[in-house]
Amino acid sequence: MSSDPAAGAAAGAPARRILVLFAHPSLTRSEANRPLLTAARALDGVTCVDLYAEYPAFEIDIDREQQRLRAHDVICFQHPLYWYSTPAILKEWQDLVLEHGFAYGAGGTALHGKVFFCACTAGGPEAAYCAEGYNHFTIRELLQPLEQTAYLCGMTYLPPFALFGARTAVQEGRIDAHVADWVRLLTALRDGTLDIARAEPLPRLNADLDALLAGTDPTAACPVEDGA
Amino acid sequence: MSGVLFQVFVYLCAAVVAVPVAKRLGLGSVLGYLIAGIAIGPVLGIVGAETEQLQHFAEFGVVLMLFLVGLELKPQLLWQMRARLLGLGGLQVLASAGAIAALGWLLLGHWQTAVAVGLLLALSSTAIVLQTLTEKGLMATDGGRAGFSVLLFQDVAVIPMLALIPVLAVPELSEIARHAAGEAGHGASGQAAGHGGPGAGAGLSLVDGLSGWAYAGVVLGAVAAVVLGGHFLTRPLFRFIASSRLRETFTAAALLLVVGIALLMTLVDLSPALGTFLAGVVLADSEFRHELESDIEPFKGLLLGLFFITVGAGIDFGVLFGQLFTVLALTVGVMAIKGGILFGLGRLFRLRAADHWLFTLSLAQAGEFGFVLLAFSTQNAVIPPELGKLLSLVIALSMLLTPVLFIGYDRLVLPRLRSAPDQPPDTIDEQGAVIIAGAGRFGQVVNRLLMAAGVRTVVLDHEAANVERMRQIGIRSFFGDASRPDLLQAAGIERAAAFVVAIDDRDRAVDLAEYLKREYPDLCIVARAFDVDHLYLLRTAGADVALREVFDTSLEAGAATLRAVGQHPFEVEKLKRAFRRHDLDTLNELYELWDHDLEFSKNRALLERVRARTAAELEITAADRSRLHDRTERGWTPPPKGYTKELDV
Ligand SMILES: Cc1cc2nc3c(=O)[nH]c(=O)nc-3n(C[C@H](O)[C@H](O)[C@H](O)COP(=O)(O)O)c2cc1C
Repeated sequence: MSSDPAAGAAAGAPARRILVLFAHPSLTRSEANRPLLTAARALDGVTCVDLYAEYPAFEIDIDREQQRLRAHDVICFQHPLYWYSTPAILKEWQDLVLEHGFAYGAGGTALHGKVFFCACTAGGPEAAYCAEGYNHFTIRELLQPLEQTAYLCGMTYLPPFALFGARTAVQEGRIDAHVADWVRLLTALRDGTLDIARAEPLPRLNADLDALLAGTDPTAACPVEDGA
Repeated sequence: MSGVLFQVFVYLCAAVVAVPVAKRLGLGSVLGYLIAGIAIGPVLGIVGAETEQLQHFAEFGVVLMLFLVGLELKPQLLWQMRARLLGLGGLQVLASAGAIAALGWLLLGHWQTAVAVGLLLALSSTAIVLQTLTEKGLMATDGGRAGFSVLLFQDVAVIPMLALIPVLAVPELSEIARHAAGEAGHGASGQAAGHGGPGAGAGLSLVDGLSGWAYAGVVLGAVAAVVLGGHFLTRPLFRFIASSRLRETFTAAALLLVVGIALLMTLVDLSPALGTFLAGVVLADSEFRHELESDIEPFKGLLLGLFFITVGAGIDFGVLFGQLFTVLALTVGVMAIKGGILFGLGRLFRLRAADHWLFTLSLAQAGEFGFVLLAFSTQNAVIPPELGKLLSLVIALSMLLTPVLFIGYDRLVLPRLRSAPDQPPDTIDEQGAVIIAGAGRFGQVVNRLLMAAGVRTVVLDHEAANVERMRQIGIRSFFGDASRPDLLQAAGIERAAAFVVAIDDRDRAVDLAEYLKREYPDLCIVARAFDVDHLYLLRTAGADVALREVFDTSLEAGAATLRAVGQHPFEVEKLKRAFRRHDLDTLNELYELWDHDLEFSKNRALLERVRARTAAELEITAADRSRLHDRTERGWTPPPKGYTKELDV
């Protein structure tokens, strides 16, 4: 725990500041990611950055992005799954912002102890994302490059918070429940009520969110994962 | 001479005092004028006999108003309104005239007189209603549109009414009328010139004594002349006048157009208001529309104001107090009947809550055409003179009460409806969301991009040739000097979200930006700057975005050259980006030092001195280069060789 010594937690104020790096190159046509973004924007203690809006020509301001990382405790990539990975700007963001000496390597400790995870939506159905399905791998397996990036930067990696069958989530009435889970997840992360140790090995964050939030009594849950 | 000056002075005084006070009190300008008229007429007795003549003159304001209304109304829109125009308008006139005539028959005995009274009271006041609707911004609502359809129909209906009235002559009255006709030859008002009416002796007419068919031919010819002339002749004419760049000539030409059409219509015994309305509709698509609008507007405003004052001044308090009860009862009765019928029609034509009430309350009065028909009827021995006096009071009083009904609509109806849930918003005609001033090479590209993105634009230019070129390729553009507030108003600036200043006059561009920021602080101003000097001036004036016109092109040219000499395109791209950012930083830095109270040229010398003192010119460039170098090297930086040893722990 080298990052922020939870200054806010003592005062009872939001303990963890969350940074949602949002990437969707066609927001006007988005059905799944848009309501998720709207919900996140409404939460206290959550900073949402629409990367395509801020850097429409991919001219990412490295200093500004690094400053943002320093100012937050939980980093989240929110994006649709594009070719089993992130949309291009998130890759550009990684290539530019995670510099040697900042994120890794000698003196590169800025991200140590922070929590990292992806919140993504996939077009394919859940059944496709396993060894027997047509995608052959689970979503967590497919996102392994990001997992390893997090490890190299000394961050705690949490499994993805994923929505499958995203193209039909609205018409099948599944989106509201997913947005509600998203809000619960972000709130719990912020307030330190998520059982992080228990979450780490899971295939997905939202496989059994209730269990991760079991200690709904915040006073009981809090100290456990602070040592994670 | 001094007599005329004194009159003008009195009327202007009354208007200048009463109207702002009335507006401040939330009564609207129409009521202000009416009260001003009452004050200088019956109350103070400063003006008197001339009001009636003045009124005929001031009725030309209605003609101008209909021209302006026509300008706002594209032919397609008019066509869409046809069902309402005929259905709603026709039923309103028939039902109101019928109901009032029936009542009149009971009270008066003479059916002929009753029919005439019914007809003249069925008409509403175009002047008051349109003026008030426009002032309140209700013209584009459903209720406003419906009201307008009815008014337009009424205006047309006046013509057959004028033809009908002589037929209704009551034998007993004819004798008296023959006496009166000698002295009361009616005034210059065109509306009164009914076809073939025995009283229509005054003024010229091209159609006196023509047979029915020939008359129809002449009328059609006149209408065709207005439509075709408006479409084909006005453009070259206005373009020619515009190229002279004399504002007052253009204004004169605009007035000439309207007066000419009004005259033509009068000559063939048609309603001049209708003729100019038609001309307005024809010109609604023209590039000169906004310019015409802002030129005619002040004349219309003054004349209509004068008209309302004369209505107020013409109220005969002697008769009023002598028969106070009768006058009041008749006024309220007429308005109740008309209102009831309007309410029923509104339901029939499915007007929604707020619109339904607006429609009902706005048209319940009698109007200025009522005066005209009344005078005509008395001359033709259809209505006895005493009844005429009484009715004229009823008309005036009902007009006086109309602004009160509008206030009732605002204060009583609207608040109640607003709290009602699920009230869908009124459909307000969308206006250009972005106004572009200057349709030169710069403005054109901006406009094309915006249009490609589906953003509605209005383009203004003071070069008629530019406007014509734009119009040829189907771009909404209008002729006029964009730094004129009234033209901006006409272009819909109240509802614009952004404004692009792309005019080619440096100083005017700065003035325009300053004016816009002061009057419309929420409007986003994007301005074209010619150079840094200009850019700072624009920024100080309040432009939200100011861009140097050649900067990006020069940068692209530089980049193309670098690629041509063999540099890797992406390296060039990175350099270009870094250069632009660096340049922007410098620009912002220097702006802080820049003092807008000082003339820039002097100030630049000052800045130069600041620079010179810090370092020699060469050193600056060197420093700049290294800063730039840092920037291009940042990003995709490979980790140091051997860095993996640190990782493998
Ligand atoms: C370029 C592109 C690549 C995509 N690749 C994948 C993919 O690899 N796997 C998958 O399940 N869905 C894929 N999809 C579907 C998107 O994940 C899906 O459209 C998105 O999650 C819907 O979210 P939205 O409504 O917020 O846009 C892809 C879509 C696009 C446009």
